[in-house]
Amino acid sequence: MTTNASRHSAKPFATAALLAAALFIGAPGHAADESDPAPIPDTLQQRIASCIACHGEHGEGSPGSGYFPRLAGKPATYLARQMQDFQNGLRKYAPMEYTVRQLSPEYMREIAEYFSAQQVPYGRSEVPTVSDAVIQRGNELVEKGDPSRQIPACASCHGSQLTGVEPSTPGLVGLPYDYISAQFGSWRTHTRATVAPDCMALVASRLSDSDITAVAAALASRELPADTHAQPAGSVTPPLSCGVLGAVEDPS
Amino acid sequence: MKHLRWWLLLVFVVVVLGVAWWLFGSGGREPVSPQASAVPAASLKDPALVEKGRYLVAAGDCAGCHTARGGADFAGGRTVATPFGNIPVPNITPDHETGLGDWSFEDFEQSMRHGVGRHGELLYPAFPYTSYTKASRDDLLAIFAYLQSLAPAQQPAVAGSLEFPYSVRNGLKAWRALYFRAGEFKPDPAQSAEWNRGAYLVQGLGHCNECHAARDSLGGTPGDVHLTGGQIPVQNWYAPDLSTQRHGGLEGWTAKDIVDLLKTGQSARGATFGPMAEVVVNSTQYMSDEDLHAIATYLESLPPRDAPAEPSRMFDADTLVDAGAKVYAEHCESCHRADGKGVAGIYPPLDGNSSVTEPTGINAARIVLLGGFAPVTAANPRPYSMPPFAQQLSDEQVAAVISYIRRSWGNHASAMRAEDVSKYRQTPID
Repeated sequence: MTTNASRHSAKPFATAALLAAALFIGAPGHAADESDPAPIPDTLQQRIASCIACHGEHGEGSPGSGYFPRLAGKPATYLARQMQDFQNGLRKYAPMEYTVRQLSPEYMREIAEYFSAQQVPYGRSEVPTVSDAVIQRGNELVEKGDPSRQIPACASCHGSQLTGVEPSTPGLVGLPYDYISAQFGSWRTHTRATVAPDCMALVASRLSDSDITAVAAALASRELPADTHAQPAGSVTPPLSCGVLGAVEDPS
Repeated sequence: MKHLRWWLLLVFVVVVLGVAWWLFGSGGREPVSPQASAVPAASLKDPALVEKGRYLVAAGDCAGCHTARGGADFAGGRTVATPFGNIPVPNITPDHETGLGDWSFEDFEQSMRHGVGRHGELLYPAFPYTSYTKASRDDLLAIFAYLQSLAPAQQPAVAGSLEFPYSVRNGLKAWRALYFRAGEFKPDPAQSAEWNRGAYLVQGLGHCNECHAARDSLGGTPGDVHLTGGQIPVQNWYAPDLSTQRHGGLEGWTAKDIVDLLKTGQSARGATFGPMAEVVVNSTQYMSDEDLHAIATYLESLPPRDAPAEPSRMFDADTLVDAGAKVYAEHCESCHRADGKGVAGIYPPLDGNSSVTEPTGINAARIVLLGGFAPVTAANPRPYSMPPFAQQLSDEQVAAVISYIRRSWGNHASAMRAEDVSKYRQTPID
């Protein structure tokens, strides 16, 4: 049966057949086989691809852009509250509102705890060039506030090292300048709010535009402390009565 | 000759006055007080009736409009956006001052059945009485009993923004003459009890046709248009055709696919998102398996559709599709797979997915831009999600990848242009 012609072509034919077989096994096998070469892991990380796209796999944020804040290490109750505020339309940013719209409180809590538990180095983002006097004024507001205008120091609520306080107060160190100043703008234009009394809206209304620049620049250029964990619950006595603090269990 | 002219003038004046009375005359209805109602107040407190009402209120997705984000349940306090302006949504809790506290069942039935308010005023059809009119009296009674059992919430209506002439309620008389036929659902004796139950739910409380049919320039749905799909005004999502037969939006869907989608938010054929995700979360996931099967039975009986028109060849779709293949390989393939089949139970297929191939491409564009989670339901409490690509991809890249998925595998829909994508970037979320 074997002819010269077929013997000559045997080798290329075999190669082609092998290739075809490989393609056949490879391609449709992908679809049909549940144990795909790249199976989808059953992890929270995989489930929350939607969050990770902007905030990073470990909640490190996108320091390059300035507007996607770090979530890693922030108190879980704070993070869950933010999602709830987006859901209720108190905080306004369309992509976030859409993303969290259908999430249950339990799922939001789980996501908040995931990001809260992440420990990744802080990235630094660019701070606009401002004079030393501006930084000095910013640091004054951060550490002492401005009692004559009833502006409390940032540190009085956000902790002496500005790393936040469990369970509801976020850290401020390492946040980008753009993000901080944008948030003050949001409180003033009522696109960021939370349960009343909304302390940060009050503080933002008392700050002047130049104060906001100063605080944002001072915070964004501050050296990071060695321990960036949030302070324990009850370690500060806030000078204002805040809904977010009243809404959680009284530490006393 | 002179007499004739006078007569004509007289007839003209009478006609004008008649039309004016028809358009501007007040409804002039006296509300029926709860005390004067034929339904004794005590009978509304029957726990079984209230429980039945809770189920039907979920089936009718009343919360979808009557509960504001972050607001008290059923207390209104928001508006519904329409092309004619924003229409305030009323408080339907039994608050005496701002809700239905002083309403009788007669008042309630009239609003649901006839779209007429307590004082005879015509209601705007953003309230889907066009569908609710088909509900049975027993079901309306249960719904009323449930609403009256809620904790009263004081919440006045917010201001709407309808402009003239839409602000003239009596203009609705003309609209109603064109689009509204009041009347309870009439079962079709030629069909099974299950089919009739499905038809009752779909056409009545489910008010599916309010979104799943195209509205014309007056915001109405002509009577013969039934579940053939349509763009939802202002919200800019496309509610697909619901026929499972040839050329239908759900062509090839089994009853199980339909039930799965309504129960869990996703099925082997696709996942819900946007407004339908809210419907699943608020409404259909709570419906019994029997009712969901009935809905599937009814939808499966919808007739085949005409073949879609050939996509226009106004621009070079092939170049776009080629560019889209690269975007797909980089950003989409790891989840939706090279063959567009997705991953069962996790990521929906794109091949044959009605959200991908619907006529406008709006859904695909907005999903690529927004990403998001599948709805959280009892059956799927921790859904997987899709990253938003609005930040990462340009209009050109989004148009390319959408053109690719709409024209790959078994899909033969039109390509999309970058200009269209830029339009959908601006669509508000609410």
